[in-house]
Amino acid sequence: MSTTENEVTLSIDGIVTKAPAGSTIMDAADSVGIKIPRLCYHPHLSILGACRVCLVEVEGQRNPVASCAYPVADGMKVRTSSNQLRRLRRDVVELILDSHPKDCQTCERNGNCELQKLSYDLGIRERLFEGERKQPPKDLSSPAVIRDPEKCILCGRCVRVCNEVQGVYNLSQHQRGFQICVAPAHEGDMLNSVCVQCGQCANVCPTAAIIEHSATDEVFKALEDPAKHVVVQTAPSIRAAIGEGFGFEPGTPATGKMISALRTLGFDRVFDTNFGADLTIVEEAHEFIRRLKNNDRLPLITSCSPGWIKFMEHFYPELIPHASTCRSPMTMLSVLLKTYYAEKQGLDPKNIYVVGVMPCTAKKYEARRPEHADANGVPYTDAVLTTRELIWMMKTFGIEFKHLHDGDFDNPLGFSSGAADIFGTTGGVMEAALRTAYETVTGQPCENLDFVEVRGVEGVKESKVKIGDQTLNVAVSNGLQNAKRLFDRVLKGDKKYHMIEVMACPGGCIGGGGQPYPPPGLHIMDAKLLRMRAKALYAIDHHKQIRKSHENPYIQQLYKHYLGEPNSPKAHELLHTHYEAKLPRGTR
Amino acid sequence: MTAQEEKVTTLAELPEPIARFIDETRDRPNADSYLVAVLQMIQKHFGYLPAGALNTVSQKMQIPAAKVTGVATFYHFFTFVPKGKHTVSVCMGTACYVKGAGILVDRLKDLLGIRQIGHASKDGQFTLEVARCVGACALAPVLIVDDKVYANVRPDELPKILSKYGFKPKAE
Repeated sequence: MSTTENEVTLSIDGIVTKAPAGSTIMDAADSVGIKIPRLCYHPHLSILGACRVCLVEVEGQRNPVASCAYPVADGMKVRTSSNQLRRLRRDVVELILDSHPKDCQTCERNGNCELQKLSYDLGIRERLFEGERKQPPKDLSSPAVIRDPEKCILCGRCVRVCNEVQGVYNLSQHQRGFQICVAPAHEGDMLNSVCVQCGQCANVCPTAAIIEHSATDEVFKALEDPAKHVVVQTAPSIRAAIGEGFGFEPGTPATGKMISALRTLGFDRVFDTNFGADLTIVEEAHEFIRRLKNNDRLPLITSCSPGWIKFMEHFYPELIPHASTCRSPMTMLSVLLKTYYAEKQGLDPKNIYVVGVMPCTAKKYEARRPEHADANGVPYTDAVLTTRELIWMMKTFGIEFKHLHDGDFDNPLGFSSGAADIFGTTGGVMEAALRTAYETVTGQPCENLDFVEVRGVEGVKESKVKIGDQTLNVAVSNGLQNAKRLFDRVLKGDKKYHMIEVMACPGGCIGGGGQPYPPPGLHIMDAKLLRMRAKALYAIDHHKQIRKSHENPYIQQLYKHYLGEPNSPKAHELLHTHYEAKLPRGTR
Repeated sequence: MTAQEEKVTTLAELPEPIARFIDETRDRPNADSYLVAVLQMIQKHFGYLPAGALNTVSQKMQIPAAKVTGVATFYHFFTFVPKGKHTVSVCMGTACYVKGAGILVDRLKDLLGIRQIGHASKDGQFTLEVARCVGACALAPVLIVDDKVYANVRPDELPKILSKYGFKPKAE
């Protein structure tokens, strides 16, 4: 086999293969279908080499090496399996288990824990090492995520995702040796920190050291309370991912089955956050047009992503005037449920219990923000469940998801245009806003509804859009590190945009911190997984008759009978909010 | 504001030479690597690393606060609690230990009302430390107050030694 300058030839378990110079033994082994056991490694994060599970033998080396970090070399001979390696890997994991609780049966990650699976695969059937165990307290401060350092195996994935993908840098290892603990600054808690509550750390955590702060108990309690009128609303991206929890291929739309399952759980009404999304678009598009006319506070920045909002408040407070004052679709709908809907149904808002099902842990935080509570301090959204929590609730209820018939949302707050469905993926809010802004400004029907330049899972996307005699520069970013890059350019004055969409999570809500753990072979943040989930949403949009938010007949009725005009004083009172700079300040 | 909120949000002003040092090193290659030097200067000035000073360092050097406290907690040299006026160190080397240094530590904790090694007494007069072998095993057990060495110390001598530094024993 000939070798070029940028390539080396090596043999792995007797298979001779080529690999790019500078790649690792693990990459090369993956490319020939040899799966080396691994733990701290994550394909979308930097290499740490902390866990020593991926040990392999390299001929000529005295000791086994960590294949995730060891670069390939020409003529290298690698063995990935031997009795010595088997024993070593097993011992390494046994030592990790030594400082880990023995509560697998009652653990939140039972069944999808990477440590549990690895222990089984490596043949650990007994815990031979019994040493001192750290028992640090749980951090329950944040409504979004729980940190349980007792279950932490110090793989560093949460630290890496927070730094590299989100640019938040909230977590770091503190202390040394046996006392090492991953924590925010001053070994403080997650609430009083720059944490944006996005939950990406929970997504990459191999164990239950970081998980969402569950609200399932409260929701079950409300469902059992006959005095409560319990309504649920589901975010656009839930329907694209919930099927995964029941063995469906990622990207299988499951709107109808999800609705039926929610009814079985006992919700009195099943509404759609999409309605809130349509309303957001009408409000935001009008806000945008007004600012555009007056050349006022441009670029307008979207405000749907609660992780992004908290990020802005800690890291870029100077951008606050640019952010749309629109509440998020979830909160808009919750407000309407306790005002408009309550009035229409003759219900006392006190007895309405609003549950949001969100792909997002930060929505749990958003729901608790004082800005989103009524005059008595009661939150408009009473509880927020993640997709994962809802899947578990359905399973514990014994619901056979696959056999359910397709249900329909309740009206009027369950009807939505296709523009609302695509909110769940990066670029979707921008596309939906452009459809409505185009028609509102020009008075002409928008011929081509697919603004494909803002689609796709790239970190930052830009596009020029002609609306009337004006050409608008728009940008879309997902993943907060990408937002940082974008805004550093904007603030330097290098780039001028009219409108910017920001989603905190990679891929937008479909890659949110509360979405199902991906099936084997796929990882959170895989472009493939995100594209599959996005495809489901674009398909739903494509097949809808009404694909523009302002054409939603129930939205039109809502304005006619209740709100008046878009951005009217009443709309402002109910549907808009404000932001404030938050401490501690983040570092850029 | 809760204590935790205050701890993570307070920004303390840095002494002028330290602020200047940060400004001077900002544009050097690997500017982040001056963090440990800056922490040393702060500890030298305050006797410990006040939380507010760490927050200011984070902002001024644009190093994430979690990183700053992560580095600071890694090194035993750094301390996060205010130092007393006088430092009382008990040698806990093997020789001193077998000659009763452990009893000295317990007695000192009682006398000074200090719960944890490294902390200061309530009146801010004394910090209690333990030292590894100070190389004076013939004098075991050894007690060092500031830089004066006391040899063959018996527990009942402690109040007398401390009283030289302003210690007032509680009325029995």
